Amino acid sequence: MIDFQLTRNGAGKLVLVTRDGDVHEGVLPVRAFPVAAPEFFIALMSSEGKEVLWIEDIKKLPESVSHLINEEIGLRELMPEIYSIHSVSTFSTPSEWDVDTDRGRTKFTLKGEEDIRRLSLWTLIITDSHGLRFYLKDMQALDKNSRKLLDRFL
Amino acid sequence: MSLPSTTLLDLKATLPTTWASGLGRILGEQELVKAWIEPNLDSGLRFNSGALVLTQTRLLSLDSSNAEWTSWDLASGQTLEHRDHAGLGAIEFFDNGVRLGVWYHTLGMAPAVSRLCEAFLVCQTLITDPNAKIEAAPGGCPTCGTPYAPDQDDCAVCNGEAQGPNNGWALLRLVRFAKPYKLPLIIGFILTLMSTGATLVPPYLTMPLMDKILIPFQNGKPIDYDLVALYLTGLVVSAFLAWLLSWARTYLLAWVSERIGADLRTTTFTHLQTLSLQYFGGKRTGDLMARIGSETDRINLFLSLHLLDFANDVLMILMTAAILISIDPTLALTTLIPLPVIVWMIHLVRGRLRFGFEKVDRAWSEVTNVLADTIPGIRVVKAFAQEHREVARFREANNRYLSVNDRINKIWALFAPTVTFLTEIGLLVVWIFGISQVAGRSITVGVLAAFLAYIGRFYTRLDSMSRIVSHTQQASAGAKRIFDILDHVSSVPDATRPVPLERIEGRIELRNVGFRYGSRTVLRGVDLNIRAGEMIGLVGHSGSGKSSLVNLICRFYDVTEGGIRVDGVDIRSYSLTSYRRHIGLVLQEPFLFFGSIAENIAYGKPDATREEIVAAARAARAHEFILRLPQGYDSLVGERGQALSGGERQRISIARALLIDPKILILDEATSSVDTTTEMEIQEALDNLIQGRTTIAIAHRLSTLRKADRLVVMDRGKVVEIGPHDELIAKQGAYHALYLAQTRQVEQESAGDSVQDAVA
Repeated sequence: MIDFQLTRNGAGKLVLVTRDGDVHEGVLPVRAFPVAAPEFFIALMSSEGKEVLWIEDIKKLPESVSHLINEEIGLRELMPEIYSIHSVSTFSTPSEWDVDTDRGRTKFTLKGEEDIRRLSLWTLIITDSHGLRFYLKDMQALDKNSRKLLDRFL
Repeated sequence: MSLPSTTLLDLKATLPTTWASGLGRILGEQELVKAWIEPNLDSGLRFNSGALVLTQTRLLSLDSSNAEWTSWDLASGQTLEHRDHAGLGAIEFFDNGVRLGVWYHTLGMAPAVSRLCEAFLVCQTLITDPNAKIEAAPGGCPTCGTPYAPDQDDCAVCNGEAQGPNNGWALLRLVRFAKPYKLPLIIGFILTLMSTGATLVPPYLTMPLMDKILIPFQNGKPIDYDLVALYLTGLVVSAFLAWLLSWARTYLLAWVSERIGADLRTTTFTHLQTLSLQYFGGKRTGDLMARIGSETDRINLFLSLHLLDFANDVLMILMTAAILISIDPTLALTTLIPLPVIVWMIHLVRGRLRFGFEKVDRAWSEVTNVLADTIPGIRVVKAFAQEHREVARFREANNRYLSVNDRINKIWALFAPTVTFLTEIGLLVVWIFGISQVAGRSITVGVLAAFLAYIGRFYTRLDSMSRIVSHTQQASAGAKRIFDILDHVSSVPDATRPVPLERIEGRIELRNVGFRYGSRTVLRGVDLNIRAGEMIGLVGHSGSGKSSLVNLICRFYDVTEGGIRVDGVDIRSYSLTSYRRHIGLVLQEPFLFFGSIAENIAYGKPDATREEIVAAARAARAHEFILRLPQGYDSLVGERGQALSGGERQRISIARALLIDPKILILDEATSSVDTTTEMEIQEALDNLIQGRTTIAIAHRLSTLRKADRLVVMDRGKVVEIGPHDELIAKQGAYHALYLAQTRQVEQESAGDSVQDAVA
């Protein structure tokens, strides 16, 4: 079914054995479309930064392999999802936001309004001053206060 | 040899009558006029036209001053040469290096001149060898010489002449945009009528309040409270109605005018997108942005607020006048005395204001132009430490804006108080005349009170109506500048009856192509046949016309002479979009739009699947570096996005060209802005790209063109050599010189590098 093997070695690194028998230690799974299609198109990159394997649909892989990949990506990628906005320091930028996320409550600094990127009508990605991205799945699902605060920036 | 079919005809019938008969006397029996022009400048370069006529055996010239014909018999060894510079053209006639004559003309007649030169060649050939075979080119336009497509019978170039600008009053032309909103506009007008009517009720009620209640009370009668209640209720109800109606009216009409404004903006932008590069070349970004942005906004404001007020005021004045006349015609007429004076003043000031506001707009465009120049070029400004100069430039533009505004305000400041003053005078007239009427018992006090109440409103309206003069003129200046854009016809007109184009092979033929940019001749007499799938390398010094040639093939501009055919059909006969869909363009400076990398790659084919995007990126050798970016294909690039190196941006633009799978590929210095290592990477990507496509590549580094089937060497707008690399080297011509110059340079560079390496 699949013509490669993926295992995790003792050092915690992923080891890929391709169809040709080449062994790549320390491969990194990378999402090609982390925002638009996170479940599809994943490349395994060798430690030298070369692409060694291309996976179009992770769901078609055996559970054990997809679990390994998702686990590795999960450890490398942090994109907290914002559940609610408690307060913002000011309505002009830079502004410090106090938010509740799926990873707990945190504060971050928004550098400029252009760091709020609209993915679709109600979905946003907000990048903080250090480049960390926060995900906001559905603006309509926010509570009233959060929506009011957010609205001042859009 | 091939030439336009007109050269084979006798043109005697079309000769200008001023000299046709004179010419007829000197021409021989069998002598036919093959070509003629009227050079419109004399030897001192004054505007004086003469004539230059070619027959099958002679060249004849009529000098404008002495009105005598000079003639030369055609012979081998003679040449007729045409050159031009800065709008002035010259035809020189040589016989074995001796100049026999020179004629000057302005460039408008350049096509006729080049036809004359061709005809000269033909006649000369026929004289030395009467049996020489002359092949007539297929039918073409008799005026401009453009060859026709097989099923075309009128000239796309000449018929595409721009219509004269529409001189109608610019604001009235906005009616076109109001048409879709006819119904809400009519409702809005009825509402306006009603609400204005409602506001006129209260002053009318002052009449009975005075005459039936207050004055009888003063004369000792008790107050009739029921009557008072009735009148006061009337006041409240009419006020309430006026409030409600004017609310509905204001909302409805503002709603309509917002939409008209939005339509206007979209229409202007849509039209702007259809205009040719020539238009954008001559315009400045700031100016266009000001027109589409702020001026549509101003028109919008005018439509939604001022025009509304104006209509309201006019109605109010008409209704008030009607009511006043119905109450007492004599008194009404006196109150209207200042009116003609005000109307006359409005008329006087209007013209000045309008030119003033146009000036203000231009000055404002100048200010935005400075911004649009400076902000994108900020790196150059800072590098050369010219901040103060840019500030000075900005201040100058801003000061001009200030002074133009000052001038307007001067007129305006005088105008508004004068109107107010006149209205006060009008009020005074009513008082004087009214009191004398009341004294003479011809009207009651109530009538005078009502008159004063009405006239107060009347003059406030007149006052605000005069204020609209400025807004009208402002909006009309804005509308004029918007219609400037809308009236502009693209210099690359779309075919009216386009030849359908589904698939193309990619065969390109250039026939006697000439191109002028302004008065500068950039290309002349270019003939080139490119087979489908062939790769052509265009080389030559900068300014030799390489890029212009490519621009013509893309149809960013239209040829001034001759024609370009793709698969045997003139490209002007295809519709622009269907034609350009088959062209892939990779430029020296790749432009990335604001958006994700995936969106940028899919720019020419927005419905491409992610698989297609990835495949294109792989072929362009862009896949791996994209994966190394933190957000992969979703990374933002463009104005404020991820910083990409020149080579990376270039590979994204190559992927963009690959995705649309074009049959014709144009590489305009695609690798010039990157270093040699990156060039090699890009070259790999390009090698993928050119397979199975007709490719035209422009390159400074000749090494980039090693895969080219043929090289075309250009110099000063002409093709000087065509052939494969080895052949051209063996020929020891222009290409050889270029090649030598470059190899020497490369050697020096690498020598320099190795010295540096040794030092390091």
